[in-house]
Amino acid sequence: MRKQGNVWTIVRKEFARFFGDRSLLFTAVIMPGLLIYIVYSLMGENIGKSHQDDNAGPTTVYVDNLPESLRGDFDSIPFQLVTEGFNAVALIGDSLADKEKNLIYVNFPPHFDSLIAAYDPMGGEAAPNVKIYHNSNSDNSELAYQTVKTYLEDWENSRNNMFDINAQNPESEETEETFDMADEDDSLGEILGQLFPMLLMMLLFSGCMAVAPTAIAGEKERGTIATLLVTPMRRSELAIGKILSLSTFAMLSGLSSFLGIILSLPRMLNGDGVDIDFAIPYTTSDYLLILCVLISTVLVMVSCISILSALAKDVKSAGTLVLPLMLLVMFVGFTPMLGGDAPEALTAYLIPFYNSVQSMASVFSFNINPAAIGITVVANIAYTAIAVFVLTRMFNSEKVMFGK
Amino acid sequence: MDEILRVEGISKTFTLSKKQQKIERTTQRKKVAVDNLSFTANRGEIFGLLGPNGAGKTTTLRILATLIKPDTGDAVLDGYSVVNEEEEVRSRIAFLTSELKLEDFFTPNYLFDFFARLHGVPEAEVAERKRVMFERFGIDKFAEVKVQNLSTGMKQKASIVISLAHNPDIIIFDEPTNGLDVLTARTVTDFLAEMRQQGKTIILSTHIFSLVEKLCDRVGIIIDGRMTHCDTLDAIRDGMSLEDRFFEIYKTVKGGEE
Repeated sequence: MRKQGNVWTIVRKEFARFFGDRSLLFTAVIMPGLLIYIVYSLMGENIGKSHQDDNAGPTTVYVDNLPESLRGDFDSIPFQLVTEGFNAVALIGDSLADKEKNLIYVNFPPHFDSLIAAYDPMGGEAAPNVKIYHNSNSDNSELAYQTVKTYLEDWENSRNNMFDINAQNPESEETEETFDMADEDDSLGEILGQLFPMLLMMLLFSGCMAVAPTAIAGEKERGTIATLLVTPMRRSELAIGKILSLSTFAMLSGLSSFLGIILSLPRMLNGDGVDIDFAIPYTTSDYLLILCVLISTVLVMVSCISILSALAKDVKSAGTLVLPLMLLVMFVGFTPMLGGDAPEALTAYLIPFYNSVQSMASVFSFNINPAAIGITVVANIAYTAIAVFVLTRMFNSEKVMFGK
Repeated sequence: MDEILRVEGISKTFTLSKKQQKIERTTQRKKVAVDNLSFTANRGEIFGLLGPNGAGKTTTLRILATLIKPDTGDAVLDGYSVVNEEEEVRSRIAFLTSELKLEDFFTPNYLFDFFARLHGVPEAEVAERKRVMFERFGIDKFAEVKVQNLSTGMKQKASIVISLAHNPDIIIFDEPTNGLDVLTARTVTDFLAEMRQQGKTIILSTHIFSLVEKLCDRVGIIIDGRMTHCDTLDAIRDGMSLEDRFFEIYKTVKGGEE
């Protein structure tokens, strides 16, 4: 009975602590559900939007030598069909490489119906080959490719495998023919542009979290910040000194993680069997742009965490206050994965964290917009300056620094 | 006498949180900590603020140290206002209180240099001053030991030495012997007397009568945020022991309220 009584006493105490703390309640109960709802809603909306775009049918399927036996079926595919009046060489050589042009090119051998009728699978000759050129970097091109390929495979299966799709000629001494016209750098850029901003934001934030609350809320908790406040040092000097030093530590932490990713990425990609001839295709200027964005982002992160830590009375409560910000940063880090292009309006790059994510994504995916990156860096530095002002005021506020 | 501190009509009211209201067992949202307090202190004297817990001694000292601002009134230390010239004031004072702690991670040696630098002490003077002060307080042997590994008494001594790194003219000391063992307490009181001999002004708060009788030249008695008496030690005692005289005053003030 006594044990049960103690357990109940502890449970009641924990309940009182949890439900009595509104910020903890919000962070632990309301926030996760709310965020998941928002993230999933946005993802769903984007998926739906992308399907709507596909169904709207800007994709064009160019077909050479369309056999009569398939004409009726091709007429019914949900894409614009063009069977004559185009330049196949230009399509393969130029148009298909542009991921913005939503198209595929299907090349049937001449007299396809006669060829498959005459084909003897046991005869040792190569089967008639249907070539489908596409661009896997374009969602619409890829969708059209998969649709036509699946349709042809089904049709082929019903005819005892009388032809091939995108087969390489084993007797040809030429190099392998390429049907996916996607640019390899574009492919890699697409992946990294989605993956890296999220990873970097999370790693940088973790770095900031590791140092900022201890350095500000921790000093308040231990009483050491008051010792600093009775020196003739200006409060603004204290604020700037804290933000700069903490940013450096956070940057080092983020840099270490960044290097870890860069070094492990080839292994990760090859290990997953992803067909990418991995070579990091970024130039020194790309890295410098990333570095500028990273530094300015860390400044904003450290500033925000410092302000929240200054509000907190100890490290533990600083962690609780910072948690919603961390979830927000994670959410923003995921935005490149939700699909859609980078925002065209430069004003979007005034939104803290979102601007950093989009700027990094643009560099990693080779769609650099110098004006957007410039605005991002300048805006982040401006926000840091505002944060220094706010933190200075907080260091001056007896209510914030010595309030019970 | 050369006046170095003039406190003129300072008042400070705090807004109590619900938690504080519970602790203080009051339903009032406001608490007057210091009420129209005035006094002066002269160069080279030890001025003691005597009063019970919660009388407003610490609040007064925190105002003098510029950690908090008075709602009304002002205090001028060595010609500088605590309201408008905080940085000048802070460069001329040392504020010692158990509230202020040293970073556990660092050594006294490092912290002395750090605070001397913050106070703008010339590099050439730092080493010699540190040597003298560390020897005086017997922490030279522990100069390279991290604060977290020092005993409580040694931490307190290190704290005193480091806060005096810039050799200030005014030392503000809240409850100087609180929590100290007898040996450390003796070191501190001897040091304060020595500082007076060097011409330093010391403003201290305490509720320990023997400390006031031993050290103070002038005394201010604070009860409920108000300065009820302020004079030389002998004038305050009025031929009685300080303890008896204090309770007489206390009864008169509290009786008058009732």
